[in-house]
Amino acid sequence: MDLFEYQARDMFEKHGVPVLAGAVATTPEEAREAAERIGTASGGVTVVKAQVKTGGRGKAGGVKVAKSADEAQEHASAILGMDIKGHTVHRVMIAQGARIAEEYYFSILLDRANRTYLAMCSKEGGMEIEQLAVERPEALARIAVDPNTGIDDAKAREIVEAAGFEGEVAAKIEPVLKTLWTVYREEDATLVEVNPLVRTKDGDIVALDGKVSLDANADFRHPDHEALEDSAAADPLEAAAKEKGLNYVKLDGSVGIIGNGAGLVMSTLDVVAYAGEEFGGQKPANFLDIGGGASAEVMANGLHIILGDEQVKSVFVNVFGGITSCDAVANGIVGALDALGDEATKPLVVRLDGNNVEEGRRILAERAHPLVLIEETMDGAARKAAELASQN
Amino acid sequence: MAIFLTADSKVIVQGMTGSEGMKHTQRMLRSGTAIVGGVNPRKAGTDVEFEDGVSVPVFGTVAEAMEKTGADVSVAFVPAAFTKAAAVEAIDAGIPLLVVITEGVAVKDTAEFYNYAAQKGGTRIIGPNCPGLISPGASNAGIIPADISGGGRIGLVSKSGTLTYQMMYELRDFGFSSAVGIGGDPVIGTTHIDCLEAFENDPETDAIVMIGEIGGDAEERAAAYIKDHVTKPVVGYVAGFTAPEGKTMGHAGAIVSGSSGTAQAKKEALEAAGVKVGKTPSETAQLMRDIMESLAG
Repeated sequence: MDLFEYQARDMFEKHGVPVLAGAVATTPEEAREAAERIGTASGGVTVVKAQVKTGGRGKAGGVKVAKSADEAQEHASAILGMDIKGHTVHRVMIAQGARIAEEYYFSILLDRANRTYLAMCSKEGGMEIEQLAVERPEALARIAVDPNTGIDDAKAREIVEAAGFEGEVAAKIEPVLKTLWTVYREEDATLVEVNPLVRTKDGDIVALDGKVSLDANADFRHPDHEALEDSAAADPLEAAAKEKGLNYVKLDGSVGIIGNGAGLVMSTLDVVAYAGEEFGGQKPANFLDIGGGASAEVMANGLHIILGDEQVKSVFVNVFGGITSCDAVANGIVGALDALGDEATKPLVVRLDGNNVEEGRRILAERAHPLVLIEETMDGAARKAAELASQN
Repeated sequence: MAIFLTADSKVIVQGMTGSEGMKHTQRMLRSGTAIVGGVNPRKAGTDVEFEDGVSVPVFGTVAEAMEKTGADVSVAFVPAAFTKAAAVEAIDAGIPLLVVITEGVAVKDTAEFYNYAAQKGGTRIIGPNCPGLISPGASNAGIIPADISGGGRIGLVSKSGTLTYQMMYELRDFGFSSAVGIGGDPVIGTTHIDCLEAFENDPETDAIVMIGEIGGDAEERAAAYIKDHVTKPVVGYVAGFTAPEGKTMGHAGAIVSGSSGTAQAKKEALEAAGVKVGKTPSETAQLMRDIMESLAG
């Protein structure tokens, strides 16, 4: 889960990372009130910042300096509702104005290839880091961080030196990096990025803009993380699926997909898109992994979600009976269809393979549900599902 | 001979007395695995009865189980919140092979126990979030159904469990030396490259199927490895061409971030290394079929 900037700011503050005052607002009036409070510490100057989980908001006009609370309200009014790269702005952050002397960059992230963490640091912050990495790689220090020892005094010094900081500035940055490591470790983050990390004209080091991604697998030890979720932005079908504990991702096509196992389902999407080229570009409507077990109840929940998607014209159920045998899966499909009754209106192409497949196919054939078509191969079933979607 | 797991492997199960542990220990026993013990400090000293009068002793610690049974493989079915502690215990005991089946382990926990093992040495970790590995007819450490395919001379390495089963099923008339499900998490203990290297050195493996998916650059790195080090024929498959950017597709590690981690880039890297890549699992199986037939002359 990626956090909004204001959530990252609050998290930084909680752990003692130096940040400036900031408050979130969802209406121009709230923005005005926040600016009145926050601006007092910076001569009335605040910055109104669009809260969207994408880059390039500055260029899009989503960040504006306000010299007064009135101006903050005006800017908020212009920014709220703005579309930035497909993200609608529902919130702005009102931040205290900063007197910036220099902008730096710092991040900690998971290095999948080396199976460690990676700290990246540069004296040239503010710009997009991908751009800096390409244009001036020598300006970006990259230091491996051992997950078990993290960023201690020695590691902080190593990072700061590698980035070319010296003297008093280096000494002031080091403790900030250690605190950011605390955020990374204690919050189970997979990314903590500060861009820019600034030195103010008063010589203070401040995290001016932060990006944090959290590991959902660690939610069990962070009950407070649930409140950080942006439930309003979630697709309604995705939200309904999540409530049922289903692993579902909404896509744009017309062929509903149910399968067992993440890899097989991803593969099913590809095979459907590939087969769909012949039928006017039919595409998968979703990713839905009902897991290795593929029980009747989960199957019924899955079908319920997929049939609730108006874009779906046909459904492809692709199950490999590994741990669960195909007869159990077939009974699950039959049970699900019976439970759904009239709600089931779209043709269902079923491909079963693996453990006890003959019995599974026999159960489906015997039930002879008018909506169910049995196909023997994954490729053949994908073709059939795409064809049916193009006809409906 | 197979890789990592042979008929001589002596297997213990951490979390054997839980419901998943019980179910899969029974399945492993049925497929001929030498299960020599379970680990659960609260049930140490007891025996657990399985089918056909098989009785498996429960030990308090991995170290005790190893000392009393000579176990050299542990399969962990421990809940995600306790997986790190179980892994550290197994690493401290010096188990040569640790197979972590558990799904949903926090990546920080995996990063910590993986690096701990790497620095200490002596323990290979497979997983987490994986189906384990099978050397058909010899031993089965994990949850791969043993009845899909018998032994043979194809080696299989895959990030995905069900695609492993699918591919074994499609090629069951040839059979497998070993099939290894390495898991789909962002940090995993054993990589495609580790398995490619082991299969290259295994005299009982003639050709290799490698299955990847979106996210990270493990497939690209495997492609570079194949180019320089693998002489045996390799056939590849990559899942996730239609996955949208920024969405996690079931596996925690299966995510396209910006322009990196795409299926297209992985396919191109593999093809550039001389690997034939199938468009669908069936087409991939056919490519392997052709290779096995030509090797048989």
